Amino acid sequence: MMRRRFLVLTGSGLIVPLAPMHPARATPVQVAALIAELVGDATLRDERVKLDLPVMVENGNSVGMTVSVDAALGDVRSIDVFAEGNPLPHVLRVRFGPRAGAPRIATRIRLATSQTVTAVAKLADGSCWRDRVDLLVTLAACID
Amino acid sequence: MIWRLAFATMLVLAAADKRSGYQDASPETRAMQDDDASNPGFLWVQQGETLWAERTGNAGRSCADCHASIRGVAARYPVFDARLGRPITLAQRIQQCRVERQGAGPLAPDSDALLGLTAYVGLQSRGMPIQVSIDGPARPFYEAGKALFETRQGQFNLSCAQCHDGLAGQRLAGSVIPQGHPNGYPEYRLEWQGMGSLERRIRNCMIGVRAEPFAADSPELADLELYLGWRANGLDVETPAVRP
Amino acid sequence: MVRVLISVPKRVKRGEAFDVKLLISHPMESGQRRDAMGEAIPRDIINSFVCTYNDDEVLRADLFPAIAANPFLSFAVTAEQSGTLTMTFIDDHGVVQTETASVTVE
Repeated sequence: MMRRRFLVLTGSGLIVPLAPMHPARATPVQVAALIAELVGDATLRDERVKLDLPVMVENGNSVGMTVSVDAALGDVRSIDVFAEGNPLPHVLRVRFGPRAGAPRIATRIRLATSQTVTAVAKLADGSCWRDRVDLLVTLAACID
Repeated sequence: MIWRLAFATMLVLAAADKRSGYQDASPETRAMQDDDASNPGFLWVQQGETLWAERTGNAGRSCADCHASIRGVAARYPVFDARLGRPITLAQRIQQCRVERQGAGPLAPDSDALLGLTAYVGLQSRGMPIQVSIDGPARPFYEAGKALFETRQGQFNLSCAQCHDGLAGQRLAGSVIPQGHPNGYPEYRLEWQGMGSLERRIRNCMIGVRAEPFAADSPELADLELYLGWRANGLDVETPAVRP
Repeated sequence: MVRVLISVPKRVKRGEAFDVKLLISHPMESGQRRDAMGEAIPRDIINSFVCTYNDDEVLRADLFPAIAANPFLSFAVTAEQSGTLTMTFIDDHGVVQTETASVTVE
């Protein structure tokens, strides 16, 4: 499980770990294409979706996230989340049934690097809404 | 160097300045620890609770058959074991019980089963202050642990004390350097994406400074844990803690 | 079988939303990592989750490798009468696991 890391000892006596070679990452263009496919002919508008994520992330291995939609439950067809800086950008898709108490989901996600995360909600009337969070993933100092 | 030593001494003297790693964690990480229903460490506690009640080994006995209450026990570990003539950690005590009293084989170090049992026992002391004794025969082992803590080692030639006494509260890359108190083990570490022991944490630190890590269950690790336990005296047990 | 922790309130009010929390012990191996020998570690995740209450669906989720290890899910449910929450999830090997929790409506 141990990955090889390169460590540099700076003059101040601090250890600065350098990240390993970056794995392949998705790009904003790829994510835009995925979202375009999801949205189809509808216009993607801000508002009505709330994506809660910390803007400063202590460890990208597990980042608490909540997505909620300001709409009646029956009107929400799906929620999708995309992380454009991850190797595989699609994070989650949720659909709600009649017994859901609110169009809301909370989970924990992986973020490979600092990036923009986008949540898209598709409503039954065909309208599509989104929220985006730009966040900074700080590198843990002492890594396994 | 002198200011670092002075700062280290100040830290050790002023118990009120002891900071749990909890205080240095982000609000999100703290929230994960605060709610048992969202603290992943409880997945291991659950396993430990099951194992605690399970009859096993040649003796066909469960932990619960002998131990009615273990409240406060984890807060006192490591303790000096008179028969072995040296300090013993909580995980080692659990292993000892398994082998000698249950007649079962020892669990693998850092296995989910051992972490689970240790976490379950640790949870019974949650919220209680750590009270590790270094009196009497434990004293020389405490001294040995303290010496290890203060010995420069590895290719980086760094001691534990240089970072966790001298530079605690400052930053190493993006993270706050904690004082390094062992008050939440076994703990769920986001970096590990799982539960791990204090031994694992110490070995990682040693790899970090490019030193040869002490072997699992080595006397050095028990001595170091005894020193760390004493150094954390008064801090509340947080097992199962969540750390970045 | 993986270990699961489900948290639901002991009692809930009729028709009023309540929160459910779920933890699953699973590595959610992303398929993006290599082991110490440089070999790719195969993907092994829980890819699908469905929650129902009695026979009605609460929600269903497709999970991708970006879901953190030891997945945590939390969502709201409404109940009109006492019953059983059923949570079913499927991993990459096709193994299906079902866990339940009972809910008392007052």
